[in-house]
Amino acid sequence: MSEIKQTFNSSLGKKLIMALTGLFLCTFIIVHLGGNLLLFSNDNGFGFNVYANFLTHFPPIEVIAYLLYLSILVHALYAIILTVKNRKARPVGYAVAQKSDATWSSKNMGLLGSILFLFIVIHMSDFWFSYHNDKTMGFKEYRTDLKTGVTTDVDYNPGYAEFNKSVSVVNDVEIVRVKDLHARVVRSFSSLWYVIFYVIAMGALSFHLLHGFQSAFRTLGWVHRKYTPVVYAVGTWFFAVIIPLAFAAMPVYYFFMHRG
Amino acid sequence: MSNGNMNLTLKVWRQKNAQTSGKFVTYKAESISPDMSFLEMLDVVNESLTHKGDEPINFDHDCREGICGMCSLYINGHPHGPKRGVTTCQLHMRTFHDGETITIEPWRASAFPVVKDLAVDRSAFDRIQQAGGYVSVNTGGVPDGNAIAIPKVIADEAFNSATCIGCGACVAACKNASAMLFVGAKITQLGLLPQGQPERYRRAQSMVAQMDEEGFGSCTNTGACEAECPKEIKLTNIARMNNDFFSAKLFREEEIHEDKH
Repeated sequence: MSEIKQTFNSSLGKKLIMALTGLFLCTFIIVHLGGNLLLFSNDNGFGFNVYANFLTHFPPIEVIAYLLYLSILVHALYAIILTVKNRKARPVGYAVAQKSDATWSSKNMGLLGSILFLFIVIHMSDFWFSYHNDKTMGFKEYRTDLKTGVTTDVDYNPGYAEFNKSVSVVNDVEIVRVKDLHARVVRSFSSLWYVIFYVIAMGALSFHLLHGFQSAFRTLGWVHRKYTPVVYAVGTWFFAVIIPLAFAAMPVYYFFMHRG
Repeated sequence: MSNGNMNLTLKVWRQKNAQTSGKFVTYKAESISPDMSFLEMLDVVNESLTHKGDEPINFDHDCREGICGMCSLYINGHPHGPKRGVTTCQLHMRTFHDGETITIEPWRASAFPVVKDLAVDRSAFDRIQQAGGYVSVNTGGVPDGNAIAIPKVIADEAFNSATCIGCGACVAACKNASAMLFVGAKITQLGLLPQGQPERYRRAQSMVAQMDEEGFGSCTNTGACEAECPKEIKLTNIARMNNDFFSAKLFREEEIHEDKH
């Protein structure tokens, strides 16, 4: 046991924890993005609200969710521990700033991570926390005519606190009643400052992953002449371009579509 | 200057010893030939300081042909100066221009305490090396040359790592004062070759443990070390070290002090 403790207390062990939690968070944002693309489906939140209900009431996902919150905290905590140790390693700095070739993102991971942490706190308190705790959050009833496939929606009042979702079929009409998180999304993304903050945070995400994704592979020791270019390409184009752009498109899209 | 020589202003870190705090002192270096090496330029300055009865500037040097790893100096924001792939002793004054101000600092790391002025104590590297950076050769008959076949690509890779001269520029360049490029090069050099296999996993553990004990920082893969290394040691060495270390710690039986049992 002491040997395992020793492994994770070593400089490389701490970096291993950073790499593993970081890569786990990378896989999470793929899933998160996939689900949130439902926001673009223009169905008045039907798909999105059902998805939000599924995420919060399907036990395996709830377990993974707690693993995820733990990963975020451990990643941030170890970042602080390593930064303090790294600062201690150079108590007297240089008079002339270092001019060595190193990418901006690689030198500012702490700053970028701090922006992301602030973003996660605000983002989760707005959507995750209020979804679980805000008693004023309303419900929606979606009626789909199974013959024509047309869906209409109205506000719904379940009348009791424990209600989360119901699905029934009456006279070829499917009735789905579910908590209306979509209305909160519309409300939040109608604020210009909120949208700007989200876009900045996604910029930070981009630069954080531009360095972080490939750096995690280096830390794990997975560097290979044949595969490292693939890791770089995925880290750059998928994690630092496509994912942040798609996430940033959501608040921008909602700001312009639902302004009136 | 009619003869092509240069006049320079030097801002040099002067520090009596590790116990006292230091400060920058400005010197004029006059009529410096562009063909001089950086250390020869300092020799000229020191000679005039000595003639004036001042204490000459203390700096490390030995072979002056770029292979001993003794010279250091953090020059204008770069370990070993602005030119790539050279040590300070191989840096020529033609890299600078007439009238330039050159700031010279010692390597900055808690594991490299200043001995005097620009000279730092790099014995932390010696202790890391002694912890496992060797191959034990037992007595017996001399093995035939080339008896063990080594693929060329592996031999080349090991040789590239072996070019590390242990100067500490990687530590000086790293924003975290991490020694992982040095340790990675030493672990890789031996870990790639057949002769290094018996001690490979013990070596990775003991050298990393000693590195941590010396108080170096941790790598964040910025690549500043690779850019500043006078021998152009690649960042891949750090990944190889990580690979050996994690293999050792997570999947191997070898312990650091197995030989003491």
